[in-house]
Amino acid sequence: MADTGTLPYKASPVSPLAPDRRYLARKFHGRFMAGLITVAALVGVSVLWLILGYVIVRGAPAINLDFFTQRPLPYGEVGGGIAPSITGTLLILAVAALIGVPVGLGCGIYLAEYGRGSVVEVIRFCSDLVAGVPSIVVGVFVWALLVRHVVGNFSGIAGAVSLAIIMIPIIVRTVEAVLLLVPYTLREAALALGVPKWRVVISVVLPSAKAGIITGLVLAIARAGGETAPLLLTTLGNQFFSWNLLEPIGAIPIQLYNYAVAPYPDWHTKAWGAALVLISVIGVLSTLARVATWGQSR
Amino acid sequence: MTMSEQVPGTHNATQPVPDRNNATTGTAGGHWMQVRDVAAYYGDRMAISEISMTIKPRSTTAIIGPSGCGKSTFIRCLNRMHEVGLGNNRVTGSVLLDGHDIYGRSIDPVQVRRYIGMVFQRPNPFPSMSIYDNVVAGIKLTRSPSRTELDETVERCLNQAALWDEVKDKLKASGASLSGGQQQRLCIARSLAMQPHVLLMDEPCSALDPIATYKIETLINELKRQYTIVIVTHNMQQASRVADETAFFLAGEERIGKLVEFGPTNQLFTNPTDPRTEAYITGRFG
Repeated sequence: MADTGTLPYKASPVSPLAPDRRYLARKFHGRFMAGLITVAALVGVSVLWLILGYVIVRGAPAINLDFFTQRPLPYGEVGGGIAPSITGTLLILAVAALIGVPVGLGCGIYLAEYGRGSVVEVIRFCSDLVAGVPSIVVGVFVWALLVRHVVGNFSGIAGAVSLAIIMIPIIVRTVEAVLLLVPYTLREAALALGVPKWRVVISVVLPSAKAGIITGLVLAIARAGGETAPLLLTTLGNQFFSWNLLEPIGAIPIQLYNYAVAPYPDWHTKAWGAALVLISVIGVLSTLARVATWGQSR
Repeated sequence: MTMSEQVPGTHNATQPVPDRNNATTGTAGGHWMQVRDVAAYYGDRMAISEISMTIKPRSTTAIIGPSGCGKSTFIRCLNRMHEVGLGNNRVTGSVLLDGHDIYGRSIDPVQVRRYIGMVFQRPNPFPSMSIYDNVVAGIKLTRSPSRTELDETVERCLNQAALWDEVKDKLKASGASLSGGQQQRLCIARSLAMQPHVLLMDEPCSALDPIATYKIETLINELKRQYTIVIVTHNMQQASRVADETAFFLAGEERIGKLVEFGPTNQLFTNPTDPRTEAYITGRFG
């Protein structure tokens, strides 16, 4: 009880702020829940580090200059690398992005800026359905369409198309979500100046959402870059360098798969190495995107 | 640019909307609007109805009324912003600019908004653009102006908006770095850059402190020598300070906003003809 000095008031005998039992119970409850979600967060993040650490430990022995520059050698021969798969993956991803990014971006912009009412609902639902289709089913579809008929054989372009199909729904959803985050007042401000709607979208809305859009694109490309099942059915893989999109082309996931299912310990190490390279390629792409949008909001 | 540069001419109601590049010539005596039996809907719900009034050239017309009476909805009908929002918003009736219906069959809403500018309740400069680019955003996004024209426009409009002296040394700074009141004046400058015939202001001071409000009000009194201004305000003192004419809106039980009384500001505040107007201005409701 504090001294009230010359004040004409007396201090109350019990502080009105004294903690009671219910307060203590609430406090304990709060701490307990905070602890639980902290553990959940740690578990979530540690999974990433466990995978990364294990891949590095197992894959590092396979990494050397030859691994990046040589083509795979038959079992029994020492050395060799996965260079055709690296160039193949980059080529297939680039072509897939060339197809998937414009379509996904356009569709996302349509949903956020132009679509109205039930049309939006239908498109969004279909896009979600495509996102939910197992990637091997996408592979079977493209195999039936392109490998069996239009192109006539296993080919890089068929792989790119199947990866584009996997990318599109991811791009659509992230682009739509990011554009809807742009405050409506910005569009209003531009429209009230007599700026045509298409110009508002291109010059005001898209620049405001640039960072988020690029993040979405990178996510989609990274996701597609790791797909194996559709590539097995479409590009088949290739032990030799090939830039011909109408022929089978190597890809890191396929090479990884082939190494992993073989009975040779040396190839298993190379599979881990391929996994490490795959993760690194995706990590580099993500970092580049981050740097490109450095310092921008979101 | 000042009023003295306006070349006199005769107003002709049958002439089409004048060319913007010719806007300095203008129509002698400024631009007028007439609202004829306008109703506005949000989907199926009617928000305002049976509104008719004439907006005099080179004057300030205030729209007052309690919350939910359709003031903002109405002013957004004057430059076809009402139909912009998602959903099925529509307007019936007609709104004339210098005698020509802005809801006419062949009229592009985009074109209407170039001539009838709008300043919003919350200052909304483009956050990713500099002060300079904010002022000329409308010009840059609608045509390809020369560097000289841009520089001239920036200085002229910032001067007109009474902001030039405060920002002339930091034109490359972000528009978002300004105070709220400065941002709102920047938004006014941005509208003026399009050389509009009419300037609509939707509660432009409601997010500002009294000093910033005073500056905007002074500005409005300055701008009306050249522009036709319509301002929505929930502040009756503000209406009496800036407006030549005032319209009182009120929504009844059915929540449809209607025009109760419209007339010279002095008369409406000192000698209202409608008992509801009197009740509102004496603070008995709303």
